[in-house]
Amino acid sequence: MASRAVAVPQQPRARTGPTLRRRLRGLVLPAYAHLVILWLFAPIIVMIVFGFNNTHGRLNIVWSGFTLKWFENPFGVTALTSAVTTSLVTATIGALISTVLGTMIALAAHRYSFRGKALLDAIMVMNIAASEVVMGAALLTLFVAGNVPLGPVTIVLAQVMFSIPFVAITVRSRLVGFENSLEESAQDLGASPWATFMLVTLPIIFPGVLAAALLAFALCLDDYVITSFVAGNTQTFPLWVYGATRLGVPPQVNVIGTFIFLAGVVIAIGFASIQGWRNRRLARESAL
Amino acid sequence: MLLFFLLPIATLAITSLESGDFISGFDFTWNFGNYSRGFNLYSEQYLHAVEYGGSATIVALLVAYPAAYWIAFHAGPRKSSYLLAVLLPFFVSFVIRTLAWETILSDNGVLFGPLKTLNLLPNDFRVLATPVAVTGGLAYTFFPFMLLPVYASLEKIDRGLVEAAQDLFASKFEVFRRVIFPLSVPGVFAGVLLTGIPAVADYVNQDLLGGVGTTMVGRVIETQFEVNINYPLAAALAFVFMLGLLATLIIYQRIFGTEQIMGG
Repeated sequence: MASRAVAVPQQPRARTGPTLRRRLRGLVLPAYAHLVILWLFAPIIVMIVFGFNNTHGRLNIVWSGFTLKWFENPFGVTALTSAVTTSLVTATIGALISTVLGTMIALAAHRYSFRGKALLDAIMVMNIAASEVVMGAALLTLFVAGNVPLGPVTIVLAQVMFSIPFVAITVRSRLVGFENSLEESAQDLGASPWATFMLVTLPIIFPGVLAAALLAFALCLDDYVITSFVAGNTQTFPLWVYGATRLGVPPQVNVIGTFIFLAGVVIAIGFASIQGWRNRRLARESAL
Repeated sequence: MLLFFLLPIATLAITSLESGDFISGFDFTWNFGNYSRGFNLYSEQYLHAVEYGGSATIVALLVAYPAAYWIAFHAGPRKSSYLLAVLLPFFVSFVIRTLAWETILSDNGVLFGPLKTLNLLPNDFRVLATPVAVTGGLAYTFFPFMLLPVYASLEKIDRGLVEAAQDLFASKFEVFRRVIFPLSVPGVFAGVLLTGIPAVADYVNQDLLGGVGTTMVGRVIETQFEVNINYPLAAALAFVFMLGLLATLIIYQRIFGTEQIMGG
């Protein structure tokens, strides 16, 4: 037998049993972790595969052959395309505004231990606790009470509101360990507050701000619940897809979903490699 | 910030005390009747929300903890790649992901169709439109909110402590029980909170994956607002729901402290 041929003669036989068992047991946890990842990817795989489905009816649930026709014409459904455009526009504006405001909040909370800080923390917690349904409902009552017409503007306002805490928390975690003395020495050397911010503060916190901006963009793009309350007749991508579930979702949704996923992959890998490159450069510089 | 958050909540509270209807307009009348009516009509849906959201949180914790543990302690240099792999699926819109689950779990769909053809499952076996599907969907949707805080707290643990315990002849299980798990508790609590709150409030999973008898309170609030245009009743329902969550949160915070919840 092959196993006998490789067995090392000096090793007592009794030991091979437990080692093998231990090695098998050592495989349980990694196998499990990979299964979890497979579970997480399962709907993504289904989404991508069904984008190639040659379906003829309105329902895209049963596999009926391979086709590329949906990929040749991803923007064939006009209403869907305009919903995607609306989503991209509102999410971009919403993410920009909330990144600026959220960063300011994080900086203020870091720099001054003003009395409002505890209150700020409390509001952040409450914002998370209030949950999307309540937020959406509350904003709707506010807009109705203020006679604000529902549409893209209210969507952006709502998105800014719910993404600010996420921006503030992300930027604040980057600020842990940031020395106020750096800013003070810049100002002692004659830098204006604006120059200090642009030349000292922003470069240091930039990775945090960028991560926060991406997070805010993803949250705004993906939001269904709050947006559905304040959208009026305006359709965003998630709203349109959700509405389409009643009548059957066209395969173009899968195609556009696949594009979004690929964009996410590219951004994530880009982020990871920039970080890796920075770390290597820092290591090189400190070695010199 | 104050303006952004407190103003809408205030109008919500005011609206919840109004009476009237959409045609003739709503008037503020201290109408507490909205509260008792909402509670009497929809107590079952509140219970559903707590039941499915709660079990989804437990499922997410049980699934996420071992995976986070393995990534934090045994994935070695590929740690961040694994973390990325866990997060990547969540770049796709969650409405689409939930729809994909509907496709997977449908009665004769990708998963159960072949199993039924092979007679491995009885023909009337179903997951879609049951509480199981709703719970699974919720656990899936909010999985990163569980995994990330748990992972962060495991990752922070000083490896020296683990080695010290091993030097003192603690078995692997003892090391986990007495050193690793207690130190990861803040992450677990943060994860439970961040997963539990949105899971209790969600209605998209329930709408797409659940059946007739599984309605959760979020869906009721949404319908009262959007379809029935009964703003006062809907606002009262939402307000009660928020107060319930807030009370839970305050108790939670008293026990474990804000810093841990905020990840600070």
